[in-house]
Amino acid sequence: MPAPVELMDPTTANPSALATAPDRFEAHDLHCIRHDRSLFAGLNFSLTAGQIIQIEGPNGSGKTSLLRMLCGLLQPAQGEVRWRGVDIQAQRAEFLADVAYIGHLHGIKEDLSPRENLRMAQALGRTRNDISLDRALEHVGLYGFEDLPSRTLSAGQRRRVALARLLVLDARVWVLDEPFTALDRSGKALIESMLEAHSRNGGIAIITTHQPVELTQCALLSLQLAA
Amino acid sequence: MWTFFHKLASPKYFYDISGRLLPWFATATVLLLLAGLYQGLWVAPADYQQGESYRIMFIHVPAAWMSMFVYMLMAGAGAIGLIWKIKLADIVAASCAPLGASFTFLALVTGSLWGKPMWGAWWVWDARLTSELILLFLYLGYIALQSAIDDTRTAARASTVLVLVGVVNIPIIHYSVVWWNTLHQGATVTKMGTPSIATSMLIPLLLMALAFKLYFFTVVLLRARNEVLKRESGSGWVKETLGIK
Amino acid sequence: MPTPTLPNLALACTALLRRDLTLAMRHRGEMANPLLFFVLVVSLFPLGLGPDSQTLQTIAPGVIWVAALLAALLSLEGIFRSDFEDGSLEQLLLSPHPAALLVLTKVIAHWLVSGLPLILVAPLLGVLLNLPTAAMGALLASLALGTPVLSLIGAIGVALTVGLRRGGVLLSLLVLPLYVPVLIFAASAVADAGIGLAITAQLYFLGALLALALTLAPLAAAAALRISVS
Repeated sequence: MPAPVELMDPTTANPSALATAPDRFEAHDLHCIRHDRSLFAGLNFSLTAGQIIQIEGPNGSGKTSLLRMLCGLLQPAQGEVRWRGVDIQAQRAEFLADVAYIGHLHGIKEDLSPRENLRMAQALGRTRNDISLDRALEHVGLYGFEDLPSRTLSAGQRRRVALARLLVLDARVWVLDEPFTALDRSGKALIESMLEAHSRNGGIAIITTHQPVELTQCALLSLQLAA
Repeated sequence: MWTFFHKLASPKYFYDISGRLLPWFATATVLLLLAGLYQGLWVAPADYQQGESYRIMFIHVPAAWMSMFVYMLMAGAGAIGLIWKIKLADIVAASCAPLGASFTFLALVTGSLWGKPMWGAWWVWDARLTSELILLFLYLGYIALQSAIDDTRTAARASTVLVLVGVVNIPIIHYSVVWWNTLHQGATVTKMGTPSIATSMLIPLLLMALAFKLYFFTVVLLRARNEVLKRESGSGWVKETLGIK
Repeated sequence: MPTPTLPNLALACTALLRRDLTLAMRHRGEMANPLLFFVLVVSLFPLGLGPDSQTLQTIAPGVIWVAALLAALLSLEGIFRSDFEDGSLEQLLLSPHPAALLVLTKVIAHWLVSGLPLILVAPLLGVLLNLPTAAMGALLASLALGTPVLSLIGAIGVALTVGLRRGGVLLSLLVLPLYVPVLIFAASAVADAGIGLAITAQLYFLGALLALALTLAPLAAAAALRISVS
């Protein structure tokens, strides 16, 4: 059952919560063809506010392609992805304002500092106003590194900058491809705590990972892709 | 009518229908070619200005017309494939490209051959020849882009964007080349004009144009059929057709 | 729930422009390469053809413009390659802002860094090739109108080839035929100005090409980028 939409004081209310359709992220009959090979077909799932799903499958089963389809970077050969009941291709701007993606490439420019990278991410998306860049960077463990060129950071630290993006943007849907890559145990715990907070706030997340995900405060759904 | 197009979009249906049409197209091509060549090489009188050598026009001009026609067709098919995601449209567009490039090349070669007896030069920077040269590069770019991308669907989409950009540019390129040519006309180089068309010359020209069109349709159907077999090689009906278990 | 700031297009474009200019500044050395290439190529012609001032004067408009084309081609890869390789291109395409406008912003940044220097250096090259002073103004005007068109059309080519392994060679094949109209009108403008003819027609055409490119090229490039990224 989707969480009921609460009526709030319009002066402080989140505009997206006043939307008439509840948060529902669905995949309908997705068919994926890559390099002329069919990877999967007839894929369906439906997620409501607060739900997190882990996509599992062997290498080459199409996990990355699926995630890219879910955020609109890749067109499915058939089928559609729906956000709040509407095909994402029919409402690009609205959907993209609600989604945040971290793929294999973290999207961090090496010649810019973490702070500059985040500022750019804020300008490109819909920003949350309740957290400063400094707080976000501190939360992901980069206190003291905010103004160094990202080139001097380790791979794990650069990935943490990408994670900070999730904290400063107001995205209802998180699409994370192998988020634990290059991170140590504290990094993994950080992501897990971020996912739990996101779920508590009514957000939706889709992640792929080979590692077991330990979420204590919310349920983790699972989808298995065959080889 | 809509169901007809929907059916046509199915590769199998296309394969069957084209198989039946091919013999007709092929016969018509041969007949028209023979008629056109006979009219052009024997019946039409010699031009009072250019003598017998003008007759190469009967190949040069239809080839040039075809080079433009095929490019437009490629753009149209590509657009249909891009917008409505119809595989067959992509196949047709890809099959057209080498043919279009060949027609362009033929126009260039015949233009060059025509230039030799006229102006004593193997190449003249005539407006039409220059435009055809640039068109050849556009074709080659399209073919190169298609072959550089592995994924068939992505290759089709990318090359469609390229050909649509080309379609917008072709009038601009052509106009600028004509403008440039009129500026730089020296005493020796003048427009490679077709002689003032008498009916006896118009008939073979039109026959050859029609023959080239039918030749194009025949060969593009052959290529497209081949491409369909290749791309659908996994499906049951292809295996049946080729007799593979 | 805290009120989020709704995406602001003007803010996004200014931030992107500033970002690209900052990135270019941090690789200041690389900015010089196309410029040096421009000067070198032009300098080769007198060496190849002899220093006769009359010959040089005749070929100057064409030579300077062909060299500008080649220098522009050389600098094109820089528009999207780095972003493609670190994933920031994907992030741009995932922004709710219209991709075409973000692409236009990037092309403007690219032109400021690679096109504008060409314009500033061109008078020097005119002097090297004995270009009559009457033609200098036309040279600058044609470059001012033409180099943005080169960046815009080039962006489409880069967008199509950015995902390919050896896209550089293919890029020239795709883009040079489309550059021909600019070359024709621009070189003609400079040549005519040198002999005292009016060049309003050529400048109007260059202006029209610029207007067309400004409106259509970002759309085509954005479409091509989506395809390259998928």
